[in-house]
Amino acid sequence: MSKITLAKGLNAGLRKAMEDDPKVLVMGEDVGKLGGVFRITDGLQKDFGEDRVIDTPLAESGILGTAVGLAMRGYRPVCEIQFDGFVYPAYDQIVSQVAKIHFRSQGKVKMPIVVRIPFGGGIGAVEHHSESPEAQFAHTPGLKVVSCSNPVDGYWMIQQAIACDDPVIFLEPKRQYHADKAELDESASPAPLFTSRVVREGSDVTLLAYGPMVKTCMASAEAAAGDGVSLEVIDLRTLSPLDMGPVVDSVRKTGRAVMVHEAHTNLGMGAEVAARVAEECFYSLESPVLRVGGFDTPYPPSRIEEEWLPDLDRVLDAVDRSMAF
Amino acid sequence: MSETTTPDFGPGLGDVFGPAQAEGGRDLVQLLTPEGERVEHPEFSFDPGKGADEDETIRDFYRDMVLTRRIDTEATALQRHGELGIWAQLLGQEAAQIGSGRALRPQDFVFPTYREHGVAWCRDIDPLRLLGLFRGVDQGGWDPKDNNFGLYTIVIGAQTLHATGYAMGMQRDGVVGTGDADRDAAVVAYFGDGASSQGDVNEAFIFAASYNAPVVFFCQNNQWAISEPIERQSRIPLYQRALGFGFPGIRVDGNDVLATYAVTKAALQRARDGQGPTFVEAYTYRMGAHTTTDDPTRYRLSEDLETWKLKDPIARVKAYLTRNGLAGEDFFAGVEEEAEKLGEHLREGCRALPEPSPLSVFDQVYAEQTPELAGQKAGFAAYLDSFEGAQA
Repeated sequence: MSKITLAKGLNAGLRKAMEDDPKVLVMGEDVGKLGGVFRITDGLQKDFGEDRVIDTPLAESGILGTAVGLAMRGYRPVCEIQFDGFVYPAYDQIVSQVAKIHFRSQGKVKMPIVVRIPFGGGIGAVEHHSESPEAQFAHTPGLKVVSCSNPVDGYWMIQQAIACDDPVIFLEPKRQYHADKAELDESASPAPLFTSRVVREGSDVTLLAYGPMVKTCMASAEAAAGDGVSLEVIDLRTLSPLDMGPVVDSVRKTGRAVMVHEAHTNLGMGAEVAARVAEECFYSLESPVLRVGGFDTPYPPSRIEEEWLPDLDRVLDAVDRSMAF
Repeated sequence: MSETTTPDFGPGLGDVFGPAQAEGGRDLVQLLTPEGERVEHPEFSFDPGKGADEDETIRDFYRDMVLTRRIDTEATALQRHGELGIWAQLLGQEAAQIGSGRALRPQDFVFPTYREHGVAWCRDIDPLRLLGLFRGVDQGGWDPKDNNFGLYTIVIGAQTLHATGYAMGMQRDGVVGTGDADRDAAVVAYFGDGASSQGDVNEAFIFAASYNAPVVFFCQNNQWAISEPIERQSRIPLYQRALGFGFPGIRVDGNDVLATYAVTKAALQRARDGQGPTFVEAYTYRMGAHTTTDDPTRYRLSEDLETWKLKDPIARVKAYLTRNGLAGEDFFAGVEEEAEKLGEHLREGCRALPEPSPLSVFDQVYAEQTPELAGQKAGFAAYLDSFEGAQA
């Protein structure tokens, strides 16, 4: 048992996956000697060599396109995209090739590729370094999309994503990388990758979140409890496929749901979850599913990002509106 | 008042891209002229390989090219009869494809575009399999692992990166530069002149050069990207671009099967030996349309086509074989008979290709199907079954 950050959890998970399977490769910009700009691959090249931890030219389409060829040759590439806003040069390879090759080949060619993307804001960065592109990938058949919210999940989920025979977009809340520590029990059995989890039980309103907003929702629930309001918090963990079971159970119990994410609200994950909750929980709902998300603007200059991003107060405001309905 | 002087930047465009371009330029590797004369080249010669008979090999090339052209004309006819939705014609590019395809060893791997019907032939893919994509019954009906021939890729240039990655995998598998001819392997990435403008192709060059990957970039410059001439893609001969990326580029007469074979074979050997990538520009001409939906009369002169007809890749081999008494009427009639049979195989086989079930779309999206898709499939099946007289 040791206390680790999300960055350490991911690093240890990558290391374990590379030890367990010699076909696992890490590739990306600055992932070698530097250990990645966030140090997630720290020390891996030193221990596994340059053939398995590959510093690539600065070309994201090239990273994903060559990963396709390596996967066809039997490797399991784990590609690091340095920042969320830099994934778009690789978008064509991800959407038109990585996502479709299994289907195109009628299952003859597997694409066990993981695309790690540090995502979300709150780090005072310049443009293109704080985005939340998850809905664009969750909308694409052939991809699976997950997001970890804490160090322990980071450790297990990255290993599970690498072991998955389907391509996985793996979203890491960069704001959490070096923030909180948690106890890791490496002998524990993790929950399956594509499952959601109730992380705080409550009875009045269900808060739905993933990645960086899980922490915000947990803080909101703590604050609400002081006011006598009981919030249940669900960490979705998987965005495609969605695991609606725990969500439906919860909303049937509370009758109210608020979905929270940093991504733009329009056609974000909240829209899909709200539609499904409406279909599955229609007779249990006491109020419409509300969404708290980034506004439908480009990500703002960092001096106003804390106002732009959903926070505890905006979550509790939505809870109040839900309760008052 | 002082005169302004212009610094000397080196050779102008006219020096590297002059009138000789139309004939392929002074650097064109050619071993068999359009008239069917064998010619010498200081660097490259036609060597059919240990134990192979030279005349026999050239007769085989002729046969391959005639049969490839038959695949193309039959498929074009099938499209005209409504049996195919579309067909991408290769007319005129037979030598580029057979010459390069026959230079491959079994352990090499090919990443094609959607026009490599001749290379598919060399890899023993039943041409009927190629029709599935164009008929709309599948999106690629063969297993790339069976013949080391990837699926047709429609997004222009995307496969050049896949090829480079696959070659990087070969490096990691220790099958490059060992000196074992049965073991050392390389990759060929096919693409066209239009694709040379794509970012992916340029990134593939950079990755391949950076890692010294065993990949041959085989560009069939057929002069046209649908309606856009080569001049819209490049102001210098394409093969000269390779130097800027740090590996050799060479232009070969793509209508000369002997030269294409010789150059590709040498480039493949370089790659297998661990000497890295090579750019081969096969200088050829798309004698047909881009696809069966295209109308080249809107954008190019018929005189151009007439000029290139004189350089036909099959006619020059026939002239060579005939003039030198290396093949007689029996041989040519035999090949023709084979072509007839192949045509029949395609006509009958195309119409008999099994139709996919509407429910089949749900099963191959993922290696591990999601509960959501399983649910959609069950719902769609129930919906289809709800119609009167529906088949279960």
